[in-house]
Amino acid sequence: MENHSHSEKHTPHYGIYIIVWLALLILTGVTVAVAGIDFGGLTVATALLIASIKSYLVLTIFMHLKSESKVFSIFVGVALLFLLISFVLLFADYSFM
Amino acid sequence: MSSSEHGIAHVHRDDIGSRLGMWLFLFTELILFGGMFIVYAIYRFTHQQEFHLAAKELNTLFGTLNTIILLTSSLTMALSITALQKNQKGLSIFLQLTTIVFALAFMVNKFFEWSAKFHHGLFPGSDVLMEKSNGEILFFGLYYIMTGLHGLHVIIGVVLIGTMTYFTSKNRITSDNYVRLEAAGLYWHLVDIIWIFLFPLFYLIT
Repeated sequence: MENHSHSEKHTPHYGIYIIVWLALLILTGVTVAVAGIDFGGLTVATALLIASIKSYLVLTIFMHLKSESKVFSIFVGVALLFLLISFVLLFADYSFM
Repeated sequence: MSSSEHGIAHVHRDDIGSRLGMWLFLFTELILFGGMFIVYAIYRFTHQQEFHLAAKELNTLFGTLNTIILLTSSLTMALSITALQKNQKGLSIFLQLTTIVFALAFMVNKFFEWSAKFHHGLFPGSDVLMEKSNGEILFFGLYYIMTGLHGLHVIIGVVLIGTMTYFTSKNRITSDNYVRLEAAGLYWHLVDIIWIFLFPLFYLIT
């Protein structure tokens, strides 16, 4: 496993980054295009969903989480979980006020 | 010469630890901006109509252009690390400088965008703004503090990447010791991710 990830580091490729970049540009186009359409309450959800997909691509490919050891992904997951807990608790408070 | 090379080989280096340390720092950034996103979410929840009205003042074209610029700068940053891994020092330096040029282009755009807002009297504490509703004042307050703090991060990123370019040119960052360039890259991609969320939340809610 260690050797595998080590050898991966020695054969870096440009292609994957360019593909991800194109995907990010397309998703930007989609988010701008659908912003004009009124989905009611789902408008924000759609924008956040697209932003989350874009962030996932940046985190896994540009920031190398995919090729790093699992510890990194667990750390990021825990950090995001605590941010989510803060959001949920505050909104729970505001919704029942 | 060979003895000094021997000495260098024995210097303790922990690249994984260095990158993990950088990630821990990025988590503090996540909390910094996360707190502001929570404030945004709550005020948007309590002032929905005013937020939609205020967002109409923002120029979607500026926002979209800056999104494309920042995404492309993230690409050149990632490619500069690959170039160095492939031992293409000149290409890596070129890509790092390209990243800096994109970052500066982002700030020039931001300058024109903010100038236009100031010209229309839309800045914190202005007479025009204070006559508007509470929700619109909150929207513009958040707009200036969040995109302003993000802009500050872009400027810090320029200094950081510029330092790495200097190190690369002086062979202090090389094809087998580039963890500092990776750390600068991680910082830059985080700045990109924050913008990925700022853009739809401020520019696209009309």
